[in-house]
Amino acid sequence: MEYFLQQLINGITLGSIYGLIAIGYTMVYGIIGMINFAHGEVFMIGAFIALTAFLALAALGVTFLPLVLLIILAVAMLFTAVWGWTIERVAYRPLRGSFRLAPLITAIGMSIFLQNFVQVTQGARVKPLPPQIQGGITLMDGPGGIVVQLSYMQLIIIALTIALMIGFSLIISKTSLGRQQRACEQDRKMASLLGVNVDRTISLTFVMGAGLAAVAGTMYLLYYGVIDFYIGFIAGVKAFTAAVLGGIGSLPGAMLGGLAIGLIETFWSGYFSVEYKDVAAFSILAIVLIFMPSGLLGRPEVEKV
Amino acid sequence: MSAASQELMLSIRGVETFYGKIQALRGVDVDVHAGEIVTLIGANGAGKSTLMMTICGSPQARSGKILYRGDDITHLPTHDIMSRSIAQSPEGRRIFSRMTVMENLQMGAILEDPSTFNADLEKVFHLFPRLKERRSQRGGTLSGGEQQMLAIGRALMSRPKLLLLDEPSLGLAPLIVKQIFSAIGELNRTEGLTVFLVEQNAFHALRLAHRGYVMVNGSITMSGTGMELLSREEVRSAYLEGGAH
Repeated sequence: MEYFLQQLINGITLGSIYGLIAIGYTMVYGIIGMINFAHGEVFMIGAFIALTAFLALAALGVTFLPLVLLIILAVAMLFTAVWGWTIERVAYRPLRGSFRLAPLITAIGMSIFLQNFVQVTQGARVKPLPPQIQGGITLMDGPGGIVVQLSYMQLIIIALTIALMIGFSLIISKTSLGRQQRACEQDRKMASLLGVNVDRTISLTFVMGAGLAAVAGTMYLLYYGVIDFYIGFIAGVKAFTAAVLGGIGSLPGAMLGGLAIGLIETFWSGYFSVEYKDVAAFSILAIVLIFMPSGLLGRPEVEKV
Repeated sequence: MSAASQELMLSIRGVETFYGKIQALRGVDVDVHAGEIVTLIGANGAGKSTLMMTICGSPQARSGKILYRGDDITHLPTHDIMSRSIAQSPEGRRIFSRMTVMENLQMGAILEDPSTFNADLEKVFHLFPRLKERRSQRGGTLSGGEQQMLAIGRALMSRPKLLLLDEPSLGLAPLIVKQIFSAIGELNRTEGLTVFLVEQNAFHALRLAHRGYVMVNGSITMSGTGMELLSREEVRSAYLEGGAH
């Protein structure tokens, strides 16, 4: 029981990180119908920017932890958002209106480019960060020395994710920007006929997705304490899987899918074997898609006209 | 029928539009004066909707000029054109089906100062009381007539000076068509709204409009006042046989 609870906490933490990345995939897919394969790299860049900001602050002698966390989070979100905006502007916008595969291939190219760019500029070796936030809350002190602990880092990740999810859902459902995004998602031509600047709205979608990926990257850095140029690939594939599992295009679906993938992976590692955790996650994806082709919360393709 | 002033609101000169290699408009000239209701009639596929969309810059004209209140808008992006108090209720209505009626109306008002939103909303609800009853329903669940009212209401939310209406009667019961056309006439009389109306339902459109144009195969072949066109034999035989109910 204690073991189960501990795995549950670990799974939710991992799932939160996947969910934050998955939102970027699902939003971009929703609005322009394209899978942004470079999004995993955006997450990786977010982690690197956070690390750079952390080292810069340390060099400046800023050590008050809450302040440091706030600053690196803000810096990572800001600069990663600029990356997201630039990627869309340079690589995807010129191809709008071209055939469907063109932006997809470009996205794969962009992903390879970003990986290599970071490898060349930052080096190929892993970058460690000593644990900054230690300790936690002991929830249960079971017999046989099994302890259920919610570390402060896990608490931060989960709380931050919940807060961002709520904030984000409110933006999408209640604000004018959110309505414009949903309108572009349903009928871009009609949106422009109402005066929506469609290109700007798409740019903002990339910016928002990149901002959330930056939060995920920062949390990944602080949680695991080690990053390299390749972390975006695996995390990106997992988050993409999460988005598809939840129903691509659906915001709550991305979060649910992220959580599901995180939990499956963690429990599989905990009870069966670490080596096969990816097989488990992808098998569940395959099974769900056989019975629910549009994902857990996705819309069926057919619509009343 | 209010006397139309002489200010030229929309002036379309020699416009040619292509879809790839296919020419849809062949040198179209149309004028719309402030305060007028002008209608464009023609058969399916004549290019009427293409002209509507070309005015809004989607697609843009390959040659010719479109002037709106003296400004050349031919090559402006769509969202720029629409921010000049032009609104369109397009062919097929294009309601955001997964948004509520209210959200659709809010989308119509995105370019407007939020302080006038409530007053504009009241006006639309007064014109189409059905929309008020259905305001929290999703657009996709409305009937065809209600969707058409919503499309027009959404266009009106931006406080347009020029309203482009593409086939508002398509697929609707005669009673609803009558309601919609009387609403358009009311807006024109009470607020001086300028309307450019594309219709296949030539009888209703020509009776409502001050002036009309007939389009065949991407060119304007006839023009005149609504009553003149109604009495022309060519118009009667081509567009009115069986349509005058």
